[in-house]
Amino acid sequence: MSAAAVTEKPVSVAYGNRYRIGAWLAIASILMLFTALVSSYIVRSASSNDWVPIGMPRVLWLSTSLILISSVTIEISRRSLKALDDAGYGRWLIVTVVLGLGFLGSQLIAWRQLARQGVYIATNPHSSFYYLFTAAHGLHLLGGLVALGYLVLRTTKKRDTVDGELRRVGAAGAATIYWHFMDGLWIGLFLLLFFWK
Amino acid sequence: MGRLLGIAIWLITIASVWMFVSGRWWFPQSISEHGPRIDSQFMITIIVVGVAFASAQIGLGWVVWKYRDTASKQRATYSHGNNRLEIVWTLVTAVIFISLGIMGQRVWASLHLHSAPPGSYQVRVVAQQFSWNFHYAGKDNVFGRTDPKLIDDSSLNYVGLDDADPNAKDDSVVPTLAIPVNRPVELILMSKDVTHSFWVPQLRFKQDLVPGMAIRVHFTANKIGKYELACAELCGMNHYKMKSYMLVLPENEFNELVAMPQAKFQARKDELLSKYQLPQY
Amino acid sequence: MAEATHEVVHRHEAPKSFIRKYIFSLDHKVIGIQYILLALSAVVVGMLMSILMRVNLSWPGTHIKIMETLFPTGAPGGVMSPEFYLSLVTMHGTIMVFFVLTTAPQGGFGNYFLPIQIGAEDMAFPTLNMLSFWVTFVGFIVLLSAIFAEGNATVGAWFSKLGESFAAGSGTVGPIGGWTGYPPLSGLGKVAGPGQGAGVNLWVISIAIFCVGSLLGALNFITTLLNMRTRGMSMMRMPLTCWAWFTTAILALLSFPVLLGGGILLLLDRIAGTSFFIPGNLYVSGALQPLHNGGSPLLWQHLFWFFGHPEVYIAILPGMGATSHILSTFARKPIFGYRAMVFAIFAIGGLGFFVWGHHMFISGMSPYSAIAFSVLTLSIGVPSAIKTFNWLGTLWGARIRFTTPMLFALGFVSLFVAGGITGLVLGQTSLDFFFHDTYFVTAHFHLVMGVASIFGMFAATYFWFPKMFGRMMSESLGKFHFWITFIGVYAIFVPFHAMGMLGMPRRYANYGEYEFLKNSRSLVMFVTVAAIITVSVQIVFYFNFFWSMFKGKKATDNPWEATTLEWVIPSPPPHDNFAGHVPTVYHGPYEFSVPGAANDYIMQTEPEGAS
Repeated sequence: MSAAAVTEKPVSVAYGNRYRIGAWLAIASILMLFTALVSSYIVRSASSNDWVPIGMPRVLWLSTSLILISSVTIEISRRSLKALDDAGYGRWLIVTVVLGLGFLGSQLIAWRQLARQGVYIATNPHSSFYYLFTAAHGLHLLGGLVALGYLVLRTTKKRDTVDGELRRVGAAGAATIYWHFMDGLWIGLFLLLFFWK
Repeated sequence: MGRLLGIAIWLITIASVWMFVSGRWWFPQSISEHGPRIDSQFMITIIVVGVAFASAQIGLGWVVWKYRDTASKQRATYSHGNNRLEIVWTLVTAVIFISLGIMGQRVWASLHLHSAPPGSYQVRVVAQQFSWNFHYAGKDNVFGRTDPKLIDDSSLNYVGLDDADPNAKDDSVVPTLAIPVNRPVELILMSKDVTHSFWVPQLRFKQDLVPGMAIRVHFTANKIGKYELACAELCGMNHYKMKSYMLVLPENEFNELVAMPQAKFQARKDELLSKYQLPQY
Repeated sequence: MAEATHEVVHRHEAPKSFIRKYIFSLDHKVIGIQYILLALSAVVVGMLMSILMRVNLSWPGTHIKIMETLFPTGAPGGVMSPEFYLSLVTMHGTIMVFFVLTTAPQGGFGNYFLPIQIGAEDMAFPTLNMLSFWVTFVGFIVLLSAIFAEGNATVGAWFSKLGESFAAGSGTVGPIGGWTGYPPLSGLGKVAGPGQGAGVNLWVISIAIFCVGSLLGALNFITTLLNMRTRGMSMMRMPLTCWAWFTTAILALLSFPVLLGGGILLLLDRIAGTSFFIPGNLYVSGALQPLHNGGSPLLWQHLFWFFGHPEVYIAILPGMGATSHILSTFARKPIFGYRAMVFAIFAIGGLGFFVWGHHMFISGMSPYSAIAFSVLTLSIGVPSAIKTFNWLGTLWGARIRFTTPMLFALGFVSLFVAGGITGLVLGQTSLDFFFHDTYFVTAHFHLVMGVASIFGMFAATYFWFPKMFGRMMSESLGKFHFWITFIGVYAIFVPFHAMGMLGMPRRYANYGEYEFLKNSRSLVMFVTVAAIITVSVQIVFYFNFFWSMFKGKKATDNPWEATTLEWVIPSPPPHDNFAGHVPTVYHGPYEFSVPGAANDYIMQTEPEGAS
């Protein structure tokens, strides 16, 4: 039996792979969570006659725009890093973080608007899912923001080893994938809540 | 050690098979039309299962006996497997298991994929923590209207019967299930509070009662007598004594009973409960 | 062995302080042991609960003085109340399934040995690994707090202050919904009866926390296996243990989120007044419940069992991997049909996602879907049978060394057959009419999960103990432990089938109410005696385990003459496993008794051409 030829990967690719695999796995897992909740949504909408969809808070158009733009900015950021433009990478990363915070802020505004109208989590099944979906999505987005915040810190306090730097690059790639997923997830939930049926 | 293990496995196998084959612990006698079909499906299955179990265990016992390491110098047989063998035993197993699986749908289909035959006697069953309520339509054969908002256990209106509805006047609600022998029966299963499950072993039949649903099941009982009814879905602290009885009555006795109004129904069914005995176990 | 010729990807200094070394360690080996110790503690609680259950069933109405002292409300006068019994049923199941069967096989042994067996220095994400253990640990503490919230009046009073749904102090040892926690019973709160207050909230929260811990772990396992295999370690050269851990992690990654989702919905129904699972117009404990409307109890069952079925494969696959590994080692033969074994692991894992409805045949779900679920369920028997045939094939023509790990691995095969084969009965819709929610089901899952799985863990413990602790466990104590336990578990669980044949329902605090169960008495007593003996004998295992850690005979690097990478390194291994040398793999994992070779085993790292 001959020794299997396993090509040696450069260290940077090994790290990039590792974080990227981790990001995709996290996405698979989170997708299963939302699949469970979305299936529940669909089942619940058919299981009784008290399904009254709430009116969409207008501020959600702002939310959607903010998160779409943030996907663009994080993509610019990632490509800057790939093109070795460290300053550009850092700048666009900060813009993305700000947009992300803006998204969360607009979500809070939407909640307050609904509460003022007397629409709470237990008001009707559709409102229950609204609060549930937006809270679950927001929480996961916040996690992503924490990761981006960490990356922002790393742009100013770079590591002094080759090893550390390569990990930073790998992490940035993985965070971008995750962020795009958060964007896509929002679009999906938004459409489901207000444009389905 | 190998011989000891081989013997132990064989003894365990013999004891386990004996436990089934002895018949000491077996299903109570079937009293439903579909029951014998379930029992025969079980026999086919348990024989397949028993043969598979015994052969695997005997095989295991044999290899640990025969291939235990002894002082001889020969090495073990170097083999990574045998693809043809893999294919053969995979196919054989698949055929047997899937055939069993398909055969095992027949009785299910006959009970669940078809509605109750016309002329079935209907009883509405409302389960609650920790008792059973059976609602009979009475002489007019029309169920009186019920409304959950009218339920009041303290005034004994367990199923929320609406007294304003003329059809409700002759309805009876009692804790005992009475059904006619040799006539299809349809139960409409409901629950007031949590999930329960209707279980009479002799019927070879079990069905959950789910709040918010009205589940229809049908069967034909073919042996007169009195049988215990148990709850088979955890419903709270007194789940273990959520007990009642099912009476399978000859036609004339049954017709007489269900034509009676509530108070007489109650008294008569108590008489019948004393008259009929549980099976011998 | 070839010298390393490329840079190692990641090296860090070994930790120095006690806390970094043993408490908040990033070392997968320490974390693995932490999971094992968690399981060893949890299983004691679970076993004690089962003995209490057996005593109650065998001698109902007996006054037990200590019960009166500890649980004055739940066991007034020292006699166990029905709700107390049900809380034992619930906590026994929850603790055993989650904190024993979903920790030790994967988080315990998998964490310790996956990186080493693939030639890696550690897991892909060591910090995440540490987090996953501590999150799991917190989950266990929260679950234990459910016991105190319900069982202790003072603690219960404190929880009751948190709100309506946190009413507590019912005197039971926790919630009483069964480990399956079906709503509406579990969703209505204290109005549905004792044990439905704070205990249930804490139970749900504990399980949600556990889900998170498991998911973090699963992510780590898959990334590590895909990304960090050493030179020459192709996927098809991995030991079957690695394939099992890999598949288990994929199952966990995709099924635990669904349980988490269901748990969140249930918690919201309880504390936020939503109605995901609770329909309207419920009349509970003498009053109409105004709060809920339109929910579906079946929805919970679908969510729970979509998780619940893969979960049972999560519990058994690592044991299957360990059994294959250990059988091959002590048979001195390659595993029979390595590729078929890999295929079977995937088939079991994959099919496992499509059969959850067999827990729900008579739930009120569509009878058509029941048929589909049934046929799929029986087809899972096929890969399971393949594995059994291949285990027998491995033993055929072997030279079997009957060490303690080998005995337990052989025991696994026997018990897996015994338990698995009744799946053919339960998987048929027509037969489930009779057997659903009877002791026949309890027999089936205890034999496969509660016993075969545990035997897999015992086998793994005796096998890998020398590597983990540098000392051998006592063979004589181990063999004694094996014999009593092997006969004992059969004595306990085979009679459960007979109880099921009589029609004995599950989760009954007392069987005296029904005539049709009166012939069960001899079975019940026999089982209780067997259970007391078998549980008691586990003391021998615990003694052997902890005593040998310090006083056992010193172990060499490869006391079993095995072939995989963990036996290349010292016992116990250095902090970074391979001491900076990147191992190179030249052979498959089960090269035993190769004709012409000098020894009857060839290590995976033995260079080509060397004999």
